[in-house]
Amino acid sequence: MSTEIKMPQMGESIAEGTLTRWFKKAGDTIKRDEPLFEISTDKVDAEVPAPADGVLEKILVEEGTTVEVNTVVAMLGDGSGTATSAGSPAEESATPAPSPATETAPATAAGGKSSAPPPPASREIAALEIAAPEIAAVARTAPLAANDSDRSKVRSSPLVRRIAREHGIDDLSAISGSGAGGRVTKHDILGFIDRRNGSGGAAAKDGAADGGATAAPTTPRPAAPPAAHGEVLPVLGLPRNHVTVERMTVMRRKIAEHMIHSRRTSAHVQSVFEADMTRVVALRNRNKGAFQAKNGVKLTFTPFFMKAVIDALREFPWLNASLDGDEVVVHHSIHFGIAVALDGGLIVPVIRNAEELNLTGLQKRVTDLATRARSKQLVPEEVAGGTFTITNPGQYGGLFGIPIINQPQVAILGIGGIQRRPVVVEGDAIAIRDMAYLCISYDHRLVDGAMADQFMARVKQNLENFDDAELR
Amino acid sequence: MAETITYLEAVRRALIRALENDDRVFLLGEDIGPYGGAFKLTDGLAERFGSDRVIDTPIVETGLVGAAIGAAMAGLRPVVEMQFIDFISCAFNQLTNFAATTHFRWGAAAPIVVRGPSGGGVHAGPFHSQMVESFFLNTPGLKIVIPSTVEDAYRLLLGAIEDPDPVLFLEQKRLYRTLKGEFDPEWSPLPPGSAALRREGDDVTIISYGAMVHSVLTAAETLAAEGIGANVLDMRSLCPLDREALLGAAKRTGKVLIVHEDNVTGGAGGELAALISEHAFEDLDAPVRRLGALDVPIPYAGPLEDASLPNPTTIAKAARELARW
Repeated sequence: MSTEIKMPQMGESIAEGTLTRWFKKAGDTIKRDEPLFEISTDKVDAEVPAPADGVLEKILVEEGTTVEVNTVVAMLGDGSGTATSAGSPAEESATPAPSPATETAPATAAGGKSSAPPPPASREIAALEIAAPEIAAVARTAPLAANDSDRSKVRSSPLVRRIAREHGIDDLSAISGSGAGGRVTKHDILGFIDRRNGSGGAAAKDGAADGGATAAPTTPRPAAPPAAHGEVLPVLGLPRNHVTVERMTVMRRKIAEHMIHSRRTSAHVQSVFEADMTRVVALRNRNKGAFQAKNGVKLTFTPFFMKAVIDALREFPWLNASLDGDEVVVHHSIHFGIAVALDGGLIVPVIRNAEELNLTGLQKRVTDLATRARSKQLVPEEVAGGTFTITNPGQYGGLFGIPIINQPQVAILGIGGIQRRPVVVEGDAIAIRDMAYLCISYDHRLVDGAMADQFMARVKQNLENFDDAELR
Repeated sequence: MAETITYLEAVRRALIRALENDDRVFLLGEDIGPYGGAFKLTDGLAERFGSDRVIDTPIVETGLVGAAIGAAMAGLRPVVEMQFIDFISCAFNQLTNFAATTHFRWGAAAPIVVRGPSGGGVHAGPFHSQMVESFFLNTPGLKIVIPSTVEDAYRLLLGAIEDPDPVLFLEQKRLYRTLKGEFDPEWSPLPPGSAALRREGDDVTIISYGAMVHSVLTAAETLAAEGIGANVLDMRSLCPLDREALLGAAKRTGKVLIVHEDNVTGGAGGELAALISEHAFEDLDAPVRRLGALDVPIPYAGPLEDASLPNPTTIAKAARELARW
């Protein structure tokens, strides 16, 4: 008896995942719940445990390959070698549709235990909720080139493959399939060719429709074997041998999609405030030694900013909201997203119910999440469901940065670097103060300038008059 | 104004025209004489053309097909009626071993027509409701024609009678009195071997023949309302087969549903599907799909018969799935 091991669905909006690493090789004996392989999706990286004891009979999806959710990635045997599908025949025929019905079976295949958590409650892929496949980046360099085996893994049809051949399309994975199970249909590939050719692909359409009599190759464009010499990059028109061409990682692609999606979705407006951080800097410097001794983590400026923002959000709940069509969804809790830079990307872990935490609690959660983000150990619900986000463009000395909203939120706060500057203070004096620029990007569909600026004024006030009760 | 006649009347008028125009033509069958046939299709013909041209026979199908083969080889043009086409299996040996092969064995043509009511839809159960085309599709030398319209019933029967080879002319009893159409006395004989495009569409091709064509066209209306364009091809003749039309229709949409009243297993649909996959593989955007009767003897009971045969609902469902594939 063999069991199919499938690409798990890590979150309801996830359609595909990249298998970044196999921990076992074919023939290995494995124990239930032992890590079997690692995946990278646009939400999270995760280790997938073995669903049962057995022998890894066959690996069907190689490292570095991106496959649809529910794709069978390996066969797990009991050692007897009899191959039987774990899924029912009905499920087989409908395999990859990520529906609740099919999700039940993969849940067992993916292991019902901790490292394959249930889909997060969030409806949307937040713009910055992205996992970092550094390992994948290494593992991927070789197998990413479009080759025949890649092409055969994309579900299509003889007709689609013929049209692809005639139009010099080597890699069908670039085309999103609208057919059952994500299959690339004739309609899909003709639409792709139309778009690629810039417009009026009526000729191509007619040619294929009448059986291809006139579907002679039009503008064949071989798509990207990285090492090829003498060829010209189709879009840039540069000779290939003068440049290095590599495929975007899954994370890179998702960041690109989400950022463009956000710019298209929200009416971004910015407002920049300057906060006098002298009191906070003093508080932090005075307490950091004792804080670390007591709590085991360093005291940074981040929880100060968070606390100031949380208190202001309570007064201005529309900054802690989302738009759902023409309905305003005001969140009762503050799920606080913190952008964390990673090699080759970034991720936004979320501190849930941040309003219930004090400064110490916030700092502990920030340290924990940032550490685990960098070591790629976050689980999906830790990067989902944020209601407000801060990002830190001041890390390398930038005065301020203008962030892009993390959908479906309506505001994001960018914190500039803290800098000692001469400032005019009360009594016509000039003093040296620790200053920082705060830049909020907000969605003008919901939030008007007056409200955003009142919110920012409150954040500024909270920082400049930071309540040190907790640190006393 | 044109006269409206039934499918049955079209068959009858074709027989009359053949009897009038060609002295070599005569009819053989059980109760086709003074009684006028089980379906009254030959009513009045014996009186009009005489009992030596409209001949009542004993209940012995093998004998009357055998007699027809002999007469055909002697230069006549016999038209044999099977009272119900199901009884043709009694003449299986005469048809497959003799009629189909005389030309090849002896260089002697056997231009007979064996015609009769086939198919279900009248709750008559086995013996009186079967489709028989696939029994004979595997026998080279026999032509097989299944008309779906009033015009085709008339023109294809005349074409079959003129044809130099043995032709099985499978009428559909459910259409006898339910299907009506305008009659044109100028209609010319139509030789077997050409298909007819009944409806144009670009999303799914539905290939059918016989009475099922009408169910397919009904389904096509439903599909059109959903935005799915059905391209409907009526094969009309399984042998000779209009391959050009078949493959052209398949290539047009890349998605093919074959619908027939015969059982799926071993039915003509398998042959059509195989031809398409052999000759139009790279034009297919989905696997060729077959829809036919359930693989059971056709039931007597009305609801069971209805459930066993394709209908516009099941056809539309299959086409819809194919369109989505």
